[in-house]
Amino acid sequence: MKIAVLSGKGGTGKTLIAANLAAVCDDASYVDCDVEAPNGNLLFKSKTQETEPVYIKIPVVDAQRCDGCRACTEFCKFNALAFVSGKIMVFSEICHSCGGCVLICPTKSITETRQEVGSIAYGTSKKIDVISGTMHTGIASGIPIIKELWNVMEATPRNIFIDCPPGSACSVMESMKYAEYCVLVAEPTVFGTDNLKMVHELVQLFQKPYGVVLNKSLENEWNPAKEYCLQKGAPILCELPFDQKLAKIQANGDLIVRKSKQYKNCFSELLRSIEREVQHAAAIDS
Amino acid sequence: MKIVIPIDMPSLDESISSTFGRSKKFLIYDTDSKEECYIDNFARSSQGGAGIKAAQVILDTGADVLITPRCGENAVKVLHESNIKIFQAISGSVQHNIDQFLQGKLLKLEDFHGGYHGNHGDGDRHI
Repeated sequence: MKIAVLSGKGGTGKTLIAANLAAVCDDASYVDCDVEAPNGNLLFKSKTQETEPVYIKIPVVDAQRCDGCRACTEFCKFNALAFVSGKIMVFSEICHSCGGCVLICPTKSITETRQEVGSIAYGTSKKIDVISGTMHTGIASGIPIIKELWNVMEATPRNIFIDCPPGSACSVMESMKYAEYCVLVAEPTVFGTDNLKMVHELVQLFQKPYGVVLNKSLENEWNPAKEYCLQKGAPILCELPFDQKLAKIQANGDLIVRKSKQYKNCFSELLRSIEREVQHAAAIDS
Repeated sequence: MKIVIPIDMPSLDESISSTFGRSKKFLIYDTDSKEECYIDNFARSSQGGAGIKAAQVILDTGADVLITPRCGENAVKVLHESNIKIFQAISGSVQHNIDQFLQGKLLKLEDFHGGYHGNHGDGDRHI
């Protein structure tokens, strides 16, 4: 099964949930799609065994051959090409590497060159595969790296726990695109609840089965995220307490489930609930 | 000399559009003939790169000068490459801006923003 862990707001506990779920699962890969700031590998203390670069294709125009017909600039819906002073200007950071300009050019003046935009690191930690995408500094979009991570994920038979980027924009959509189930992590703040609402709308838009983990829950205190879930009928998977012990383990760069029996049980139970939900969703689907 | 100004309402008495790439129209004002004409900004509905396409629209008009409150880096690359000079719009009507420009009172626009493309909506990193 492929489980995407997302939250609107950063710092609500996506990495905590994704990494610890992977760690209590016997046969799992943890995949960090938060390519702007991948840090789950720190908790796993995994040594990188292999790193592979990720490339995108960028058009190059042969100015000698180009007759200035502008078929390419008119075709490109992202406006990554402009016709200026008799030649084509390419804006590589806007280009989505669709290759359309190469196909459409009547004079065959456009070829493609590759540009490295990031890398994928492979490591292991106690039988868990730890796969992290990293975007290079100065690159405008992490989408190509997430796409490549999906190629890796599609090729593995293991259970996959995907640590998504924060927010609800393109990179999040790309990260949860083929997931069978989404775990939304929420914290009991008004800001966090507003962002929960955004990802909640997103999973509904994508028609993904989902459940909510209420992280940092305070007993007998008002929890706007919980209130939202109850109002909207969003299923709550579990509540994790706002616990200093938990925070200390995490802050020391350790996995909770490897340091605390109590939380190991808690995450095993969460994993079982998710497995039930995934099976249930698959049964409805078939 | 042809001056181009991003506008939302086709009138010299209205104020200049607050955006460049996604303004509704462009005014083209010919300082020699004192004629004005308005064209639609086709770039307005673009998914991305509206500034680049808007710059393309402008350079295709054969403009010499652009007066705008702001302009993105990518559009600037296109405009500079085609030797179009960019001046900072001031408050007041389109006509007022044209008058001030002709009197040499407008400053060149030198502060260009990096654009709004990419990364929109990230929870905590781009507030």
